Amino acid sequence: MKSNSAGSVVFENVCKTFGAFVAIPDLSFTISPGELVTLLGPSGCGKTTTLRMLAGLEHPSAGRILIGGRDVTMLPANERDVSMVFQSYALFPHMNALDNVAYGLESSGLKKKEAREQAEAVLELVGLGGFGQRLPAELSGGQQQRVAVARALALEPQVLLLDEPLSNLDARLRRRVRTEIRELQQRLGFTAVYVTHDQDEALAVSDRVVIMKDGEIAQAGSPRELYEAPASAFIADFMGEANVVDCEVLTSEGDRARIRIGALEHFIPARGARPGPARLAVRPNAVTLEPASEAALSGTITHSAYLGDHVEYEVKTAAGTFFVVDPAVDRSLETASSVAVGFRDRGIALIQPDLNEPGFSYGI
Amino acid sequence: MDNSRRRVTIVLALGVAAFLLLPWYRIDSGFFALDWLAGFPGDAASAPGILQIFSYDRWWLGIAVLMMLAGMGARYIDDPMRRGTLFAWIGAVGVIFLALQGLAIGFSGWTWTIGEGLFGPLQEGQPSMGAGAVIMALGFVLLFAFGFADRGAMRGDAFIVASITMLVFLVVIFVFYPIGSMFVGAFQDFDGSFNSEGFAKNIVDPSIWSLDCIVGGNRCGVAWRTLFLAILTATGSTVMGLAFALLATRTRFPFKKGLRLLTVLPIITPPFVVGLALILLFGRSGVVTQTLSSVFGIEPGRWLYGLTGIWIAQVLSFTPISFLVLIGVVEGVSPSMEEASQTLRADRWRTFWHVSLPLMKPGLANAFLIAFIESMADFGNPMVLGGSHGVLSTDIFFAVVGSQNDPTRAAVLAMILLVFTLSAFLAQRLWLSGKNFATVTGKGDSGQHAALPKPISIAVHALVIPWMIFTVVVYCMILFGGFVKTWGLDNSLTFAHYVKAFSISFEADGVAWTGVAWNSFWTTMEIALVSAPLTAAVGLLTAYLIVRQKFAGRELFEFALMMSFAIPGTVIGISYIMAFNLPPLEMTGTAAILVACFVFRNMPVGVRGGVAAMSQLDKSLDEASLTLRADSFRTIRKVVLPLLRPAINAALVYSFVRAITSISAVIFLVSAEYNMATSYIVGLVENGEYGVAIAYSSTLIVVMVAIITGFQYLVGERRLRRENRVAGSHARLPIPQEKTA
Ligand SMILES: Nc1ncnc2c1ncn2[C@@H]1O[C@H](COP(=O)(O)OP(=O)(O)O)[C@@H](O)[C@H]1O
Ligand SMILES: [Mg+2]
Repeated sequence: MKSNSAGSVVFENVCKTFGAFVAIPDLSFTISPGELVTLLGPSGCGKTTTLRMLAGLEHPSAGRILIGGRDVTMLPANERDVSMVFQSYALFPHMNALDNVAYGLESSGLKKKEAREQAEAVLELVGLGGFGQRLPAELSGGQQQRVAVARALALEPQVLLLDEPLSNLDARLRRRVRTEIRELQQRLGFTAVYVTHDQDEALAVSDRVVIMKDGEIAQAGSPRELYEAPASAFIADFMGEANVVDCEVLTSEGDRARIRIGALEHFIPARGARPGPARLAVRPNAVTLEPASEAALSGTITHSAYLGDHVEYEVKTAAGTFFVVDPAVDRSLETASSVAVGFRDRGIALIQPDLNEPGFSYGI
Repeated sequence: MDNSRRRVTIVLALGVAAFLLLPWYRIDSGFFALDWLAGFPGDAASAPGILQIFSYDRWWLGIAVLMMLAGMGARYIDDPMRRGTLFAWIGAVGVIFLALQGLAIGFSGWTWTIGEGLFGPLQEGQPSMGAGAVIMALGFVLLFAFGFADRGAMRGDAFIVASITMLVFLVVIFVFYPIGSMFVGAFQDFDGSFNSEGFAKNIVDPSIWSLDCIVGGNRCGVAWRTLFLAILTATGSTVMGLAFALLATRTRFPFKKGLRLLTVLPIITPPFVVGLALILLFGRSGVVTQTLSSVFGIEPGRWLYGLTGIWIAQVLSFTPISFLVLIGVVEGVSPSMEEASQTLRADRWRTFWHVSLPLMKPGLANAFLIAFIESMADFGNPMVLGGSHGVLSTDIFFAVVGSQNDPTRAAVLAMILLVFTLSAFLAQRLWLSGKNFATVTGKGDSGQHAALPKPISIAVHALVIPWMIFTVVVYCMILFGGFVKTWGLDNSLTFAHYVKAFSISFEADGVAWTGVAWNSFWTTMEIALVSAPLTAAVGLLTAYLIVRQKFAGRELFEFALMMSFAIPGTVIGISYIMAFNLPPLEMTGTAAILVACFVFRNMPVGVRGGVAAMSQLDKSLDEASLTLRADSFRTIRKVVLPLLRPAINAALVYSFVRAITSISAVIFLVSAEYNMATSYIVGLVENGEYGVAIAYSSTLIVVMVAIITGFQYLVGERRLRRENRVAGSHARLPIPQEKTA
């Protein structure tokens, strides 16, 4: 396995329609070599379509796609230097693991023997050394998944595409395999485009995350940027749950801004906020609750649920309803009791669309 | 894009080679006999295209060469879009030109007078197209396809574009061109000039359209008789099929396995055999007739020879098909519906009438239409039982082979028959599509089907049991009849018929096949062996294109292919004669025409089986293969085909067996050199040689049973997934949903 084959990806004003339905209106972005970028978004937002256009399984209705600097817009899938891990793995059920991995190598014209030797090495790489002779039906879900990754990697593609590669695994395995994939990617240094609808997964594996909505990029950036400075309520809610409430920016001096929620005033990192009405994304664990009948922002508990390591509350206040995750499991606040609502310093972000750059372009 | 240039270069080189090195026109003794090599290239008959232009004054062929040269020039254009457009135009113009010149210039010059007006008279006409012309035409078709691939059609996949184009081209040549020729033939005189007299006379002929049986008391016209017969047969076999299906699924009938066996019968039974067996039972010297006459003194009558006899034979023949269609329908009614009805205080009777039966209605209509088309298309039974006072399909036959020899009449009758069957087909496709309530969801739809109401249960048993016994007797007759000396007159047992048909003698210089049947038997086997793999290949390729590829006109493509299934064999037969007897394509009397006929008539079954199997194969398997650098051809070979093996086997067996049993189209196309078993048997029946005919038929049945079971035995099952979900991993018998005789 050589690691210097990583290629860049450029989408230039790509548009894709299915009949009259516009799946992707106008998409442009750039991915630099060796980067792992995640396409994240709700079901039906066009992630798979984007990935399939990159693979050559769909052709754009307009626009250009470049891989490694070469225009591949009209190139059929089998002539592109990318390979793909399918959501269903798509392992050929009539071939054993080794033949599956060797398949692409043989298609590229390698001799059978050489192809097998290389395939064996790649299986070794994903930790399936002795499993080459097994049919897919004789492998567990996690092993099948690794064969699928090995099959795609064996071709040493410029770009590896993964379409929800973990969705067929159970939660425990998912965590392990995503770490493995990330380690493999960092070790071999290939470019990867990773599609998922699970924001945990996206945060865990990516260098960059692209959040899509209705075929357009809603926001793009590093996991931290997206979490801490969401550009919209949609993003804030999508990147881990958030309570989105109205607020007002009173002053913005230096790196601190003073805001008012209901009657409560609070300081948050400014990030260039301007005074005036704004919206605030508050993470459930950034809300503090204290039993009290009088407070600047007082609320009533409408619902509570004990979940072992934390308690979930729903609190109705003048500024809106808050969903709160409280780690203090020893005390329990009764439903219908009054509480004083406060905020921590972290986990609160202002949503002002013009705070964030609109497009997504970096690393060129 | 070197790929694109390379394939075009190969095609152009082929075209040029065909033009320089192969006889341009048809060789009378057959291309593969190779005796043209002696006079090549100088002889006028076998000269290649280039000499035809320069030595024999066939200047118009030069236009095809110019198109080829234009194609070579276009190769140097760099922009793939413009190059592709040019290729597509050149290919289209080239193939259309070749077709037009073939149609317009016949043996003795212009056949289209407009040509003479435009270009002046020709000194030389031309014979039919030969190897050179055909290969060049195919070259143009491929050029056209590659042009589209260059333009990015089907994601630039040349193999897919070429396959679609080729299939469309072949279907046009072998389905639409003959049917078109038949229509034209209805308006032509013997010499080919336009003459609508024959058409006008025939289309209003009272022997076709008279309604005397209703008003006068005489016989009705043949069109009405055929229609009535078809309606009665469809009703009869739908009712019987439903009874069988209910018995098999809703009762505790002990012989259910035997019922399933019944479904194999129509596949292996040549279509006239049931009629033959009926003659042995109820004919003038049949067992039953003779017994009745000697015991009760009932005068032997001729009631069997006519619509009544045909009706019985057809219901016997088609009940298994209706059963096959309806068992799916009856099983598909969700048991929870019936259970829901019962919990709503409905008794069995109410449940059956108001829930189960209405849910089955679309399925029943479907079975009815299928049997209707079958009956219309049936040729074997009317041939054996109806004599010359038959139905449309036999009248078509006698219009061309008998003393009448009136092709116009045959064409008119064929058109009427076609209108009937296509209407039924359209009704089935358009009116019934999407109306199927009976669905097997694949979810564990637990629960039990409601038991039948008592009266219905009794009725079902009363219908099925005698019918089963009757069927068994009929088939015993078939197997037994070959051993009886002269049926009805001399019932002593003998091997004489088998000896006459299949005797072998060993002589000094080897084995001599002295039996009269051997000749047609081996021809049948050869032609079936050649056409079966072709049929399976064309059918499955079509299925792949329909299921896996999206292209403009895909539904029309599928519809046109399936429609060829509703064209009765007799119509195909007569239209092949009209189309392929004269230039530009002369094929009558060859084995090729038989093969072509089988491939395009049996292909829809392969398509259907392939579509069913392929829709269950996860599409991402193909896509995975594509992203792994395999082109679509390698994908088909390495991934799709291995996973479709059961469907392939079914298609192979089915098309092999169908090539052996079919008669309706075959009887028009056989020649002295290539005689097929079925038409030979019908000849025997016409000569009254029932013994040999029956012996031959039962031998065929035994051979086919042996082939089918042999195949079943060879085809193993492979576990591909834990739950074994992959399409049709079970080797199953081919299922003819709509068998058209
Ligand atoms: N082949 C197709 N034909 C028509 N519509 C399609 C096709 N493929 C995808 N779509 C539509 O495009 C949109 C985006 O689909 P997709 O990319 O699969 O979403 P996801 O983000 O869930 O992967 C969806 O609304 C889907 O219905
Ligand atoms: Mg998706």
